Amino acid sequence: MATVKEFRNNVRPNWCPGCGDFAVQAAIQRALGNLDLEPEQVAIISGIGCSGRISGYVNAYGFHGVHGRSLPVAQGVKLANHDLTVIASGGDGDGFGIGMGHFMHAARRNMDITYIVMDNQIYGLTKGQHSPTSAFGFKAKTTPAGNIENAISPLQIALAAGITYLAQGFSHDVNQLTELIQGGIEHKGFSLINVFSPCVTYNKVNTYEWYKQHIVHLEDFPDYTADDRSAAMAKVAETDGLCTGLVFRDDTRKPFDQLIQGYRPEPIIAQDLTLERAVFDKAMAEFA
Amino acid sequence: MLQELSWKVGGQQGEGIDSTGKTFATSLNRMGYYIYSYRHFSSRIKGGHTNDKVRVSTSQKGSSADFLDILVAFDQETIDFNGHELHAGGIVIGDAKFNPVLPANIAPNVRLFAIPFTKLAEQSGAVIMKNMVALGATARVMGLDPKFCAPVLQSLFGRKSQKIVDQNLEAVQAGYDALDAEGADFSEYQLAPPVPDNHLLMIGNDAIGFGALAAGARVMPAYPITPASDVMEYLIKKLPLVGGVVVQTEDEIAALNMTIGAAYAGARALTATSGPGLSLMMEAMGLAGMTETPVVIVDTQRGGPSTGLPTKHEQSDMFAVLFGNHGEIPKIVLAPSTPEECFYATVDAFNYAEKYQCPVILITDLALSLASQSVKPFDYDAVTIDRGRLASAEELAQTPQGQMFKRYERTQNGISPRVFPGQKGGIHHVTGVEHSEIGRPDEVASNHTAMMDKRLGKFRNVELPNSVSYSGDANPDVLLVGVGSSAGPIAEALARLKQEGLKVGHAHVKVLSPFPAKTLQSYLDKAKQVIVTESNGTGQLLHLMRFAGLAHAEMSSFLKYDGTPFLPNEIATQVKGSMLVWQR
Ligand SMILES: Cc1ncc(C[n+]2csc(CCOP(=O)(O)OP(=O)(O)O)c2C)c(N)n1
Ligand code: SF4
Ligand SMILES: [Mg+2]
Repeated sequence: MATVKEFRNNVRPNWCPGCGDFAVQAAIQRALGNLDLEPEQVAIISGIGCSGRISGYVNAYGFHGVHGRSLPVAQGVKLANHDLTVIASGGDGDGFGIGMGHFMHAARRNMDITYIVMDNQIYGLTKGQHSPTSAFGFKAKTTPAGNIENAISPLQIALAAGITYLAQGFSHDVNQLTELIQGGIEHKGFSLINVFSPCVTYNKVNTYEWYKQHIVHLEDFPDYTADDRSAAMAKVAETDGLCTGLVFRDDTRKPFDQLIQGYRPEPIIAQDLTLERAVFDKAMAEFA
Repeated sequence: MLQELSWKVGGQQGEGIDSTGKTFATSLNRMGYYIYSYRHFSSRIKGGHTNDKVRVSTSQKGSSADFLDILVAFDQETIDFNGHELHAGGIVIGDAKFNPVLPANIAPNVRLFAIPFTKLAEQSGAVIMKNMVALGATARVMGLDPKFCAPVLQSLFGRKSQKIVDQNLEAVQAGYDALDAEGADFSEYQLAPPVPDNHLLMIGNDAIGFGALAAGARVMPAYPITPASDVMEYLIKKLPLVGGVVVQTEDEIAALNMTIGAAYAGARALTATSGPGLSLMMEAMGLAGMTETPVVIVDTQRGGPSTGLPTKHEQSDMFAVLFGNHGEIPKIVLAPSTPEECFYATVDAFNYAEKYQCPVILITDLALSLASQSVKPFDYDAVTIDRGRLASAEELAQTPQGQMFKRYERTQNGISPRVFPGQKGGIHHVTGVEHSEIGRPDEVASNHTAMMDKRLGKFRNVELPNSVSYSGDANPDVLLVGVGSSAGPIAEALARLKQEGLKVGHAHVKVLSPFPAKTLQSYLDKAKQVIVTESNGTGQLLHLMRFAGLAHAEMSSFLKYDGTPFLPNEIATQVKGSMLVWQR
């Protein structure tokens, strides 16, 4: 059984020192190490952004696609081989800006994949423009007079879209993040782990300190059970989205991959592709 | 006796016009006649004129007929809209219910028969069977046994209830008898008996779906769009039988990215779309090229630009398919011209995609995708599956500990070993960023040049087999060049011109990339004049030929872009009108 070490590779990330994404990398590696998995059984699909580089920084099969499209690629991978552990990952712009449509549909489609978003409330790679999660009034290169758009709530959108596992973490707390990611991977269905992952270079507002001051921990609410969708909605609203921990979980729904008509336990890539003559002849006879 | 006959049924959309045409065409196809059936329809579900023009022949025809012999009308609009297609002495059969009249501009001696379709249908059991009454009247004109459609009705309704079958047959008989009672002479419309032969009736899209099934496709993510949807609708019925899956995605961007994901993970995967969706797929197409991921993309061209003419014919996506994505990637573009070719080209598409590790686009046009045609049964033994260069277990075992597999190894022919996630020893990185042999981002100048050469070099001096077909005079005065579904009307025009003693040839382009410059130029060299025939407003195929370096002193375009496919006469007339050399 592989340990966290096997999921590390010798590539040095090109992230700025102090970037929150290092902690996400570490948490993914630890979560994978804690599970009974070998590196080749894992596929990490990422988008474009500083965060999108993650697929190259974990020793596993990695696919770095185009901006905003990690989820469709990841779902394709899962369709072809449901034996793989499939992780999609990227930034807030990647997932909730250009890729927002895919995110909501992936949540409702509920394939058994895990989506990890490094939310720094800014566009890092393109050097500091505001993002869909930037707060109203936030000043960035493209909002010199302050953001006049409202921030979206990824958690509420996820809940509304029917997500079956939802958690939020913070790069400062790798232990909690590891647990949340591990839970997402173990969950049979679509999971989102949204991570507050500070950009130390371009976001001078939402810093580690800022998050520490504003974040509340859901574990601190003993009555909160994370199994009721409307209670989760209310909790997210109540905390203004600044909560960490498990937000919601529903293990009663079967994932898409198992509901497919004609589902077979063996993955598609293990099948013999030759069409049997009888099936061929029958299909042809339908055109007579 | 006629060797062929052209029949059309028309009415309002949602009135069962499609099923009338289909029952008629399928019945005659089963009898051994050859069918070419083309539907006119618009982007609405109920209402609006629709018609189905069916050509019945004792030999194979790849195009609608120039004229109409029989028009069956469920409303006056059908007669007003289509009457001009009838030749002198043609027949109109209309529902007595709307008191049909012939318009002023009709050809001489056209005969109109008002038959109470609706009333007779009611008497047989239900108004919806008015279509069957119309088929009965048709049978009378053509001298067919009124039971000619019994086998098809049996397979349509037999399992539901024998009563429905009997009622329908009764309605057919009633229509037959009603026209018979008119005592008219229809002897000139007797169709010669068919040459017994076994053929199928299908649209190009069916052939593509079937081809994908036979080729081992297992994953199809797609977003509905006319005229591509039939491909996913066919496969959604078939793929579950073989353990595959169709996913209706949120958009075409997702469709192609998901296709890429499935192909990367080792499945044979395809998507299908038309113009608007094709535009949305461009970025992902570049990703497939850059990451050398074998995907098959079907583009069924319709009228453009923008939403354009969603239900009409055009061939205006060729530039988009070839040049639409940013940057430069290798790609294969196959352009079949018949349903048979659609089937085999789809099989080829999967094999080429995996052999060359690049996107393969199968480009059709609306007439090819949607016209029902008689086709020879497909050959099971001609279907082969070649998965291309896959890394062997021994190779993978040799990957040194702690090192990555060289998925993008630079090789002589530019093709590197593929490996799928899940395989031990195969871990590597894949990225749309320029990369090294193990797939790591690498922006060094020399690496970019080398990797561009590796990818683009796959098709340097490559001409795929059967890229151009040729028929006609070996040294023609006029050479017609075409692509896609115009093969049928061009071939027919050619036959007529030949009969008139003209020296004509026909080269049909079946592969747009890599462009078969050498072969096509060799045909150009033998011709005195070249006319490139295509359904668009800018002459894309002619431009492609010039772009590929093809040259001829007398080369011109014959373009049509009114949303309808070429008819044989239009081409024959155009050739005669623009011929430089007359040797008659
Ligand atoms: C289609 C497209 N549009 C724009 C870009 C440029 N681009 C690259 S990354 C990015 C935003 C990155 O922000 P985010 O997703 O939040 O990632 P971060 O860098 O903050 O981790 C943009 C706009 C692109 N690569 N592709
Ligand atoms: S720019 Fe920001 S997000 Fe990007 S690596 Fe640097 S700190 Fe991280
Ligand atoms: Mg960001």
